[in-house]
Amino acid sequence: MSEHKGVVPGLLKGLATTARTMTRHTSTQEYPDVRPDLPSRSRGVIALLAENCTSCMLCARECPDWCIYIDAHKETIPAATPGGRDRQRNVLDRFAIDYSLCMYCGICVEVCPFDALFWSPQFEYAELDIRDLLHEKDRLGGWMDSVPAPAALDSGAADPAEVTAQRAPARPARVIRRPPAGAPE
Amino acid sequence: MSTLEVILRAAGLLAAFLLLPLLVGQTEHKVMAHMQGRLGPMYAGGFHGWAQLVADGAKFVQKEDIVPAAADKRLFRLAPALALIPYLVALAAIPVHPGFAVADLPGGALFVLAATSVGILGTLVAGWASANKYALIGAMRSAAQLIAYELPLALAAASVTLAAGTLSLGGIIEAWEPWWLMWQLPGALVFLVAAVAELQRPPFDMPIADAEIVFGPYTEYTGLRFAFFLLAEYGGIVVMSLLFSTLYLGGWRGPFDDLAGWAWTLLKGFVIALLLIWIRVSWPRLREDQLQRFAWLTLIPLALLQLVITAVGVVLMGGAS
Repeated sequence: MSEHKGVVPGLLKGLATTARTMTRHTSTQEYPDVRPDLPSRSRGVIALLAENCTSCMLCARECPDWCIYIDAHKETIPAATPGGRDRQRNVLDRFAIDYSLCMYCGICVEVCPFDALFWSPQFEYAELDIRDLLHEKDRLGGWMDSVPAPAALDSGAADPAEVTAQRAPARPARVIRRPPAGAPE
Repeated sequence: MSTLEVILRAAGLLAAFLLLPLLVGQTEHKVMAHMQGRLGPMYAGGFHGWAQLVADGAKFVQKEDIVPAAADKRLFRLAPALALIPYLVALAAIPVHPGFAVADLPGGALFVLAATSVGILGTLVAGWASANKYALIGAMRSAAQLIAYELPLALAAASVTLAAGTLSLGGIIEAWEPWWLMWQLPGALVFLVAAVAELQRPPFDMPIADAEIVFGPYTEYTGLRFAFFLLAEYGGIVVMSLLFSTLYLGGWRGPFDDLAGWAWTLLKGFVIALLLIWIRVSWPRLREDQLQRFAWLTLIPLALLQLVITAVGVVLMGGAS
């Protein structure tokens, strides 16, 4: 019965462990009386910065669940100079994310080339009706208020583009120079 | 003793029997929670959830009264009372204060053990009357376990009564000496383990474990009847803790016991109840066959050994005091 020699020390160790846990401070956060302490990278809801969106549809295409609904139309901007080319612009009519389908994978946020989608740690948007989980453009824009500031860059990294763009000298107005006749271009 | 005094004593006993298990239950909620790194009830009653068990009682009272169609209705309704009342009766014989027990009996130790044994019938009847295979299996396991552990319990208690020379619990307390804890140590350990098994508390809760057999004999019970079974479990904890402190820790004995004997009783009983809760949180469950083997092959020989040691001690000291 050699295995029985280990029973009593094991039992005492069990008692010691529970006694020690009892004396330690509990780290339970009593939600909802206490706001939860979430990291800023937490994935709670996706916010839309509509002015950045060009309706390229990449997010809607890449979403594995097809939960992003985008409607857009093209508008023509007449040429700035006489004889110039008319410009075209996408205008976003509808941008909706269906959170009853969304699986919070973040592919849409990653793939957006124009930084129009952001993660926000806000998670308290449970609804009584599943149809209310379809957030339209205005509601998605509202979530932008809860998007945390971007994470600080590494101490040895270069300044972010947003900062250098502000510090860059203003560009002079464009002068169109016609090459001299006969010179190679 | 006048009729009025009898009524007052009975009322006091009922109040204690309803209050003390709730205190033990709330302590278990909180102590178990902190031992598991949680907080336990915090909402009910505002201050750290003190009213949780009161809220639970209110919840159980307003539940629907369901009796299974195939059940033996009279026995089904009787079983909770059969489990609960013996512990109430056993509590009456426990001495609380010097010279005071609700019912001071000359054969107190024997009476308490006999009364707690009747509680086994409650579990058996519940399992049989439920008309449920698994309830019956649980009841049979329960019966086997409780009968097996009845013997070490009685032998250990017999050893103390032999040392004290009397069956009366008050007499045992008066004859108690602090060094008896050394003399009766094997018996004390046997009694503690056997008491945990009699109460069907972890690590001996195989017959009623909800992960194993739903809830064994209590599967079909709901509402107030279920609450009575739970009350019987915690009432049993109170009775066994007080009995242990009476037999082995000197009951109401302590400094200033003429004034504060009742406080010593409650304190010692509470410490033992805390020990039972601590054991529940820390140790895994025994299998039914391990349980039986432990009772018959380890505890009973140990209890018999204690009896021999006690007898030798009594003879050497020239008869009991």
